[in-house]
Amino acid sequence: MDSEAHHLETLALREQFDTEDQQKDASTLGMWVFLITEMMFFGGMFLAYTLYRSTYPQVFGVASSSLNLPIGATNTCVLLLSSFTMAMAVRSGQLGKKRAVIWFLIITMLFGLTFLGIKAFEWTEKFQEHHVPALANFHLDGTPLQGQAKLFFSLYFAMTGLHALHMVVGVGIVLFIIMETARNKYSPKYYTPIDIAGLYWHFVDVVWIFLFPLFYLIDRHIGR
Amino acid sequence: METAAVLERETYLNASYGLKSWLLTKDHKRIAVLYFITVSIFFAIGGAFAGLIRLELLTPQADLVSAETYNKLFTMHGVIMVFFFLIPSIPATLGNFFLPMMIGARDLAFPRINLLSWYLLIGGGAFAIFAMVSGGVDTGWTFYTPFSTSYSNSYVIATALGIFIAGFSSILTGLNFVVTVHRMRAPGMTWFRMPLFVWAHYATSLIQILGTPVIAVTLLLVLCERSFHIGIFDPALGGDPILFEHLFWFYSHPAVYIMVLPGMGVINEIVSTYSRKPIYGYVFVAFSSMAIAVVGFLVWGHHLFVSGQSLYAGLVFSFLSYFVAIPSAVKVFNWTATLYKGSISFDTPMLYAFGFIGLFTIGGLTGLFVASLGMDVHVHDTYFVIAHFHYVMVGGTIMAYLGGVHYWWPKMTGRMYPEDFAKLSALLVFVGFNLTFFPQFILGYLGMPRRYHVYPPEFQVLHVLSTAGATVLALGYILPAIYFLWSLRYGKVAGSNPWRATGLEWDTPSPPPTHNFDRIPVVTHGAYDYSHIPGEEIEVG
Repeated sequence: MDSEAHHLETLALREQFDTEDQQKDASTLGMWVFLITEMMFFGGMFLAYTLYRSTYPQVFGVASSSLNLPIGATNTCVLLLSSFTMAMAVRSGQLGKKRAVIWFLIITMLFGLTFLGIKAFEWTEKFQEHHVPALANFHLDGTPLQGQAKLFFSLYFAMTGLHALHMVVGVGIVLFIIMETARNKYSPKYYTPIDIAGLYWHFVDVVWIFLFPLFYLIDRHIGR
Repeated sequence: METAAVLERETYLNASYGLKSWLLTKDHKRIAVLYFITVSIFFAIGGAFAGLIRLELLTPQADLVSAETYNKLFTMHGVIMVFFFLIPSIPATLGNFFLPMMIGARDLAFPRINLLSWYLLIGGGAFAIFAMVSGGVDTGWTFYTPFSTSYSNSYVIATALGIFIAGFSSILTGLNFVVTVHRMRAPGMTWFRMPLFVWAHYATSLIQILGTPVIAVTLLLVLCERSFHIGIFDPALGGDPILFEHLFWFYSHPAVYIMVLPGMGVINEIVSTYSRKPIYGYVFVAFSSMAIAVVGFLVWGHHLFVSGQSLYAGLVFSFLSYFVAIPSAVKVFNWTATLYKGSISFDTPMLYAFGFIGLFTIGGLTGLFVASLGMDVHVHDTYFVIAHFHYVMVGGTIMAYLGGVHYWWPKMTGRMYPEDFAKLSALLVFVGFNLTFFPQFILGYLGMPRRYHVYPPEFQVLHVLSTAGATVLALGYILPAIYFLWSLRYGKVAGSNPWRATGLEWDTPSPPPTHNFDRIPVVTHGAYDYSHIPGEEIEVG
């Protein structure tokens, strides 16, 4: 790689950069900036959640207690484990252990798919319990304020839905990285895509770490 | 001889040929040209809507269009001009072209993402134009709920989706600029040696990165509300329409600074070049851009003074709105100080810069009128507000944009435009603009509300003046379109530095080669150092 002149473009050194370090720094900074935009994107919904949670604490408490806590907790564990295997994949990429990268990424992807599967099961439950705000048969026991209860579930579906969409994208990215790794695209000198895919994965994980307590844990006692 | 030499040399324009070499290009200069063509088309569409609005308002009765059509006209005018012209205008064309050159880089950090941004703008624009030709949208460019979510029978979803997609174009451009400024500067190009144009774009990019995702999620919620009736903005379910206003203006007020900060950046370059002096108080001007970006995020509540916001919130937002005028004033005073004892030449870009400084000052000062709680109750939603923000956006941003396009046209194309026609167009734009919008201050003060297509007969004189002004303004915009096209073929060959300007973009031939510089420059002095640039030769005696 060192023998190649600058005008010959490689994956590790695109023509607009002078050094490989410069390219890696730029890519990493780009991902961090993108994650900041993601924070602001989710932030709008978190603001709406905060406003309505503080305006209707009673109804939101009742609605909160109707969510399936064991399933939510299980999903949290699944995601945390996936972040661990993702971190291991990045480390293996840094050390150039190709087989380890592939296996850790496959496990990460399976954890991600498990999360999505459990989530799908949970959403199906909501349909059976008539907790889907867009449907005519919506009803939540334990409160006369059905409109505000709908708000809770609207936020629940919007925020967990947006999060799940990010998970789907994440699974796609991981799949892509697995294929590129198998095709020997990466080396200890150039593993930036694995690294920044990891950043994205951890970010989506962190969003869930906020969603879980906000929806499942706060004020559950009100409903009992 | 000189012409032949220009034609033989390889430039970004003749490096490769064919439509595909443009549509799949990764060269920031070609992408800037694609953007230039695109936003010019959007400007023409938005301008046509404005023309129809002014024609309708020529008489007090409704004779040209119905009330419904009128609602759609001003909505589409606003949507096209704000989201598809003003926001991409300077950053995506002049910024895209010159930001990498000014810091001595071969390209932006992410050329493919740069191309993707252009396709996103085209994609978003396609949705918006689909909405227009299918029947239009009538909510106003602000999409206030609950009208937009429950009552409007027009193409809200397609338009909102278009803006949503175009928003990601803006986000990615900002991301690209931030990373480029951080990581791609040439050796010796320290932060405080960067031209102020780059500082202004850096500040703009921060707003694009932090603000645009919020409008994206807000429009997403509007789409969900309209499609599934989820209740977020619906009082019947306990939701709050005011939440929409907060979320909308959290982006859309800073968006004003996305539009005007790059314009201020252009004015810095022009004022310095044509007075042959460094910008007075460089560091203050650089930081004033950052201050505008930061404080600009904290003033959105002044759009909600009459929306039932608490008085205390109103007081704070009023104070902060006054406060944000300080960094803007720093710029105006420092430009004036730069002119003082400068060696001033009145070339076309400088005429536009003078226009900008005067008109932006009027626009900014009338902003203080509407930022005061009492005055705002009187002029809220009147033509006073219309005049105020057109002074900032048209008198500010478009003047700067035109000034910048004239200033860098020789660099982009290698050709000079005809100076006399250009001066005439600058004059037409200035006169036409003032004739269009100054009467609107008076109209608004007298009580003419915005978004009405019929009005009492006593307002007619002022409306006729305004429409007449719009005609002159339109001529002022059409003229450059003609002579710029003419100059591509018949213009004088420009040479690398026709204005004897500083800045790395003038150190390379016009038009520049694909990789901007034959050798990456090493920077040894600050921006606006005229000591190494020979002055104009004048005959003495």
